[in-house]
Amino acid sequence: MARSKRELQEINAGSMADIAFLLLVFFLVTTTMDSSWGLSRKLPPPLIEDQEPPPPIKDRNVFVVLANANDQLLVEGELMDIANLREAAIEFISNPQRKEELPEFKEVDVDIFGKMPVSKQVISLQNDNGTSYNLYIQVQNELEAAYNELRNQLSLEKFGTKYSILEEMSKSDDASVSEPAKAKVKAVRQVYPQRISEAEPKETGS
Amino acid sequence: MSKFKKDGKKNTPAVSTASLPDIVFMLLFFFMVTTVMREVDLKIKLSQPDATEIEKLEDRSLVDYVYIGEPTNTALYGTLPKIQLDDAFATVEDIQDYVIEKRADRPEAVHGAIIVSLKVDEETKMGIVTDVKQELREVQALKISYSTREKVNKKKF
Repeated sequence: MARSKRELQEINAGSMADIAFLLLVFFLVTTTMDSSWGLSRKLPPPLIEDQEPPPPIKDRNVFVVLANANDQLLVEGELMDIANLREAAIEFISNPQRKEELPEFKEVDVDIFGKMPVSKQVISLQNDNGTSYNLYIQVQNELEAAYNELRNQLSLEKFGTKYSILEEMSKSDDASVSEPAKAKVKAVRQVYPQRISEAEPKETGS
Repeated sequence: MSKFKKDGKKNTPAVSTASLPDIVFMLLFFFMVTTVMREVDLKIKLSQPDATEIEKLEDRSLVDYVYIGEPTNTALYGTLPKIQLDDAFATVEDIQDYVIEKRADRPEAVHGAIIVSLKVDEETKMGIVTDVKQELREVQALKISYSTREKVNKKKF
């Protein structure tokens, strides 16, 4: 009887903040904002002994990029600044004026576009043991950017969407979105295939 | 005059702290959602290079990490770049075993999708990185990713 008369006491919520702070501090300490972003590459499979040597590639089809231990770039026999590499690579891959010294083209059946001239380009990248990792990544990045730019151009022209957006769409969970996007990505890649070949490293002085 | 005078009898009411837990919880949830547990204790100096054409590694459970850089404790380990696998320093020869061991932990169906993420300090020379890459090729760990930060897009000229 007497109990019902007693007023229900409020629970003190003051320590709630303390508990939350404790958890907060824990997450603050363990958190790392670095996410796993990176340049994706595929390594060539290991060399098999007495493998047939690959057919020779014509000089005009190869874009040679050398990086030495002083972090200097030699592109097609000329000293070049990293800032100009992307432009040079784009010109090489697309060869808009069909120049003699730039790569040849071959008519190839591409999935959606039908017959398209596809460049026989190969980019050869060679670095010294003393090249800094930073320069190496910058070179990789510029070459990747060159391909992406050309793919974007083609994709915009043919589909009206950027290649990077198509790539995003192809990862979608919705099959009705991802399937056509995947086909388009594949077609664009067939026109501008990424061919970056890395030579076995050599000691070229420092 | 006495309009603004404090009334001695009236006590200023305490600032209510009732909403403090709400604020703290809000922060807490933010960090809980964005947090990624650190995989290892870094024993090397790691300042990653910048790049623009980067992709996100979607499935972290399929990623193995190889760290390369100058040891933080230079008095003990010297300044030459070293390789770190999990929580310990390793040599180039250990890479093959490490990759095979990590691969064995996962179901066979996903073996082809495993990516090795190279987290390399930007000042490292390519020699050691190339050695690591050669080892990875030997064990058919061909999918790699050079871990980078995102470059802030600013005009170059």
